[in-house]
Amino acid sequence: MGMIKISNLKKFFGTKRVLDGVDLEIDKGKITVIIGRSGEGKSVLIKHIIGLLRPDDGQIFLEGQEISSMSERDWGEVRKRFGMLFQGAALFDSMTVGENVGFPLKEHTDLADEDIMKIVGDKLRRVGLVGVEHMMPAELSGGMKKRVGLARAIVMDPEIVLFDEPTTGLDPIMSDSIADLVLDTQRSLQTTYILITHDIPFTYKIADKIAMLHEGRIIEQGTVEEMKNNPNPVVKQFLEGRAEGPIKVY
Amino acid sequence: MIRAYLEKLGRMAEKFVDTAGLMSIMLFQAAVHAFTPPIKFRNIFKQMEFVGVQSLFVVILTGSFTGMVLALQSFNALKRFGAESLVGPTVALSMARELGPVLTGLMVTGRAGSAMATELGTMRVTEQIDALVTMAVNPVKYLVVPRVIAGVLMFPLLAIITDFVGVLGGYFVGVKLLGINPGVYIGRTIDFVQVSDIFAGLYKSIVFGLITTLVASYNGFYAYGGAEGVGRAATNSVVTASVMILVSDYLMSSFMV
Repeated sequence: MGMIKISNLKKFFGTKRVLDGVDLEIDKGKITVIIGRSGEGKSVLIKHIIGLLRPDDGQIFLEGQEISSMSERDWGEVRKRFGMLFQGAALFDSMTVGENVGFPLKEHTDLADEDIMKIVGDKLRRVGLVGVEHMMPAELSGGMKKRVGLARAIVMDPEIVLFDEPTTGLDPIMSDSIADLVLDTQRSLQTTYILITHDIPFTYKIADKIAMLHEGRIIEQGTVEEMKNNPNPVVKQFLEGRAEGPIKVY
Repeated sequence: MIRAYLEKLGRMAEKFVDTAGLMSIMLFQAAVHAFTPPIKFRNIFKQMEFVGVQSLFVVILTGSFTGMVLALQSFNALKRFGAESLVGPTVALSMARELGPVLTGLMVTGRAGSAMATELGTMRVTEQIDALVTMAVNPVKYLVVPRVIAGVLMFPLLAIITDFVGVLGGYFVGVKLLGINPGVYIGRTIDFVQVSDIFAGLYKSIVFGLITTLVASYNGFYAYGGAEGVGRAATNSVVTASVMILVSDYLMSSFMV
């Protein structure tokens, strides 16, 4: 069942056409991975889903309700159903790890500080971190920052979590451990996960559905097996990581 | 040639209108959110400490030396008319009406305004402001409102301190170094300086506090382009706020005379 439906989404930056009619359905309780080359507008697409950017044309529906034309005030409520992990984790560098993870709870609930810290500890354990609550983000490695970012994204138990390139800048082993975390946190709560990445091994490991964004549109989509067997030369070239093919390297 | 010039002029005008519009919207949003609960007292106090307490040293240094040099220069000038006794009121009036608020404004813009623009600019380019939005937290309420409130409250307090140490500096130079009679110095100052003179300066300070924090917040908030963009935001905020302080000072003075 489509939880999020994106219909004919278009976005221009100046005269540059970034999204040229994206059509995509995101299934509830599944992991959808959007792949594509760097600069193809994957981040732009994901930022539309959570209302950080507004489309020039087209609509986005969340469970049948159009969210793309909502006022900023209405978005406030809708966003509470989302969590997001940013590419650089986007932790607040003036706060400790514990304050970062507990921030949404502090802002949106009446929980006492001790209760917040208990939930924070739980979520940090879920992402494999113990005893880091009092550390500052600057003291963490890239992989740890992503884990803390993930803990913060899921601290409110959101229905949908968005991931902006969760493995960029990480070594292959750390990427694999992030994949395990994604699977572990998603399976236990049956949350809807939407990821954008160009990390193919990572994608194969976690995806229920893969959609490929190319030249501003979703050109192909399907399960991992379907995409591996997809005859489209663009998809083949990308998944196999070849410089030669229909996609030109500039 | 002419066309290129006109196009450039047009782009500059467009940018100016764009900036003025976005800044006005930010001011309006900040004004609305400032009075909408929940009010973030912790953030406000933190910014007050940053803008106010941490600026004390630079403000005291500026105020005292300005008062001292004012006494020295006005003594030289007034001596020619045999009016050395007016050094006290000259220093006090100049400090209270003009130099206290303006110098405080410029110094705190250099210190706190640039830091604010840098902090918010870094938050923008590292997606921390986007992260706030995704967590359903209004970034203007969370980041801009505390800074603007801190500026509006702390600038007048800092200006009073500048006035006070300026007058003390003037007294030290006039009485201790130049030999003016202390009774005459203090008496004449009290005779000439009125409470309205001090308030005239404080009103200006409130406006300067608003200008500095709003301009810094705006530049940081809309920073783009990595480290270079953050640097540009800091520079622009100091230059723009300083110019706006000087221009608005003249306009306000012309109305208050």
